[in-house]
Amino acid sequence: MSAPLTIPRWADVVLVPLVSVASAFLVAGLVVLFIGEDPLSVTRILLQGSLGSGEGLGFTLFYATNFIFTGLAVAVAFHAGLFNIGGEGQATLGGLGIALALLNLGFLPGFLLIPVGILAAAAFGAAWAFVPGYLQARRGSHIVITTIMFNWLATVLMVYLLGNVLRETGSMSLETRAFPEASHVPALHEFLGLFGVAIPTSQLNLTLLVALAACVAVWLLIYRSRLGFAIRTVGANPTAAAYAGISATRVTVIAMSVSGALAGGLAVNELMGYQHRLLLDFTAGYGFIGIAVALMGRAHPVGIVFASILFGMLYQGGAELAFEKPAITRDMIVVIGGVLILFAGALDGLFRRLVAGALTRRPRAVEA
Amino acid sequence: MNPAIELIKIDKSFGPVHANRAVDLRVERGTIHGIVGENGAGKSTLMSILYGFYEADSGEIRVNGEPVRIRSSADAIEAGIGMVHQHFMLVETLTVLENVMLGAEGGALLARGTARVRAELRRLSDDYGLVIDPDAEVGDLSVGLQQRVEIIKALYRGADILILDEPTAVLTPPEAEALFGLLRALRAQGKTVILITHKLHEIMAITDRVSVMRRGEMVAHLNTASTSPPELAEAMVGRRVLLRVEKGARAPGAPLLEVEGLSVADMLGVFRVQDVSFQVRAGEIVGIAGVAGNGQSELLEAIAGMRPVAAGTIRFEGRELAAEDRDPHELRRRGLLHVPEDRLRMGLVPQFEAFESAALGFTDDPAFARGPLLDHGRMVEDLAAKMEKYDVRPPSPRLKTSLFSGGNQQKIVLAREIERGPKVLLIGQPTRGVDIGAIEFIHRRLVELRDAGVGILLVSVELEEVMSLSDRILVLCGGRLTGERRPDGTDERDLGLLMAGVEDAA
Repeated sequence: MSAPLTIPRWADVVLVPLVSVASAFLVAGLVVLFIGEDPLSVTRILLQGSLGSGEGLGFTLFYATNFIFTGLAVAVAFHAGLFNIGGEGQATLGGLGIALALLNLGFLPGFLLIPVGILAAAAFGAAWAFVPGYLQARRGSHIVITTIMFNWLATVLMVYLLGNVLRETGSMSLETRAFPEASHVPALHEFLGLFGVAIPTSQLNLTLLVALAACVAVWLLIYRSRLGFAIRTVGANPTAAAYAGISATRVTVIAMSVSGALAGGLAVNELMGYQHRLLLDFTAGYGFIGIAVALMGRAHPVGIVFASILFGMLYQGGAELAFEKPAITRDMIVVIGGVLILFAGALDGLFRRLVAGALTRRPRAVEA
Repeated sequence: MNPAIELIKIDKSFGPVHANRAVDLRVERGTIHGIVGENGAGKSTLMSILYGFYEADSGEIRVNGEPVRIRSSADAIEAGIGMVHQHFMLVETLTVLENVMLGAEGGALLARGTARVRAELRRLSDDYGLVIDPDAEVGDLSVGLQQRVEIIKALYRGADILILDEPTAVLTPPEAEALFGLLRALRAQGKTVILITHKLHEIMAITDRVSVMRRGEMVAHLNTASTSPPELAEAMVGRRVLLRVEKGARAPGAPLLEVEGLSVADMLGVFRVQDVSFQVRAGEIVGIAGVAGNGQSELLEAIAGMRPVAAGTIRFEGRELAAEDRDPHELRRRGLLHVPEDRLRMGLVPQFEAFESAALGFTDDPAFARGPLLDHGRMVEDLAAKMEKYDVRPPSPRLKTSLFSGGNQQKIVLAREIERGPKVLLIGQPTRGVDIGAIEFIHRRLVELRDAGVGILLVSVELEEVMSLSDRILVLCGGRLTGERRPDGTDERDLGLLMAGVEDAA
């Protein structure tokens, strides 16, 4: 038993994450030292690779865009007391929605294709999350179990569809033909090139702006709207929600659908912004990292943006690192990411306690 | 002889809140010492410092004359201090014996510890009349017996000084009587008891000395024999307090709420309310008396639309409520408002800022809307006005709900419901865990509402409250109405019989 923790808000949102990230890097540094590399030069390469060049920065932000979407998805469900770990499957279905829409609606005027693709991704992602939400609300099937199963269902469905239905005729690889030109979300270097601003080439595209808009929208939804009030009430005190006449069933289903729609954003960035076709396993684990991002960002859009950039740096800088230092494989990067998740997510309470202790311990203690 | 406990100039702040201000306290050995004060007066903080939950910013603690430093509950136990919390710290699925042994098993093998605890339990039962079945599962015990287990735990760990925090809040009157008997027995054996309570009659009945706290300071140390409830109340609140409800006669109007043949089943299909019929008319307070857990909660929740009705009808303003109308939201819109029994579990969201909790159930109010969004500025203003009117302290709408004291939380709920102009008000345990000044305020407010023509259905386990507020009293036992009385035609004994299920002959 211990006293309840009350720490100032600034410490909660700034200091605690900083301390946990710093500790994570310290431990990761020890691991690096252990395999015989110099942590300082590794850190330098990591930072140089992710932030040091325009190109590197572009890739960092491209990855961050993915993390923003999946982080927001986890956060919205989390506010309703739901643990949606089906971001992978929902994004996969979002990709299917994009492919079906863009490959079949090519006759639409070009300027409509991007909005249609985004809506299709959101709708398919939402639908894939709606089902577990409905099962949870109506049948009490645990959302963690069902969303995991739906991840597998999505993978298998995609293998089937790409293998038998959607594959480009004559192609050996499991991918569709390219989407119409007009549906490609402009890369940032192309877009700025129109105005005569030259920046290095990267995968970074305007989906980043959609992601940032989604952050604002989620903030308004959760903290300023009636629906958000209902979502937070159900998440924080279901009995009070029943007392207030808020239907937990409705809120559960809606929150899951919104969550799934946000996960669909990952497909927009990857497919419409970069690959320009549907292919297998494009979600590449971003959906799972979204859980860590949301935890680290305290389920708040601003926190999620910062956490996303951090994980984006780790992805991009890690790729550079694996290239420069053969001793540090991609697996090592996964280890560093894991340590980060462990410290920022799982050990969060520990750091809160440490910070609270450091802040409240005053020199004028009780005389013994 | 040195006093059992001596606190000298204890000071403790939480951020801007100065919870204890240079508090002195002397508790003599072998006495029962009462500590009274309104919610938020600093009693709990002081006891938490004594028990090692918090460390004081400055000041000194002496136990039996020796200065000690108490930084954890382990230190407190070491110093011979035991605490019985308002919310029990028991494992319900373990037996009494196992609960007592928990954390003091004495080695990897349980057999020796078990034998020792068994012997000790026998001794406690001989010395203090603490009779209990060591092999009963704690979850099966009544609340009174669970509390007894807590006391035994403290004594088993060698406590000489026992702190009890609001011990009677969860007890029925006979259980409270038994507890007091036990405390007297402990005193006779030389133990020291510190009793924190709101209830002045308990202070008068059992304590030797009493200390009064107000706003973080000790304002009086009195000998119980030479004080009186009005004097204590005045010291607590800082002004004269009316302990009696002043209420004029009023002829009730038309029936607003008519319940007929109502039965309510719980999730397991067990009937918690059976065939209950009554009316609440305009300008009338109908009180429901009964020992906690006899169907009151289910009755309130069914009328409020939170629970399905198994049989029977409910009419509101003369019209029968169809199943689809029995929704909390719809009923609230029509003017049937509800102050729930358990404000933290149901009436508020502890994690929300107060102004959000104060909008619970009313977020669709156009006054709170700014386009499709909620207008936080207006919501804050709205609560600020209510806080002033209801004297909520601190008057900070943006403070987290859980940081208000119980009485102030209750005022936030009351303000939210009452200021909406109810036609019928359902109110459960209006003054549970609420301090005297606030009780007076809440009672006065309820009588004002009744005089303004509101129909009030009051559920309370405080018999005194039911008797002083109600125009009519219904008694619920085992989910059935066992009788109806007028407050001037009954007494505690009479109601007690009905509460025990002795049905009316009439």
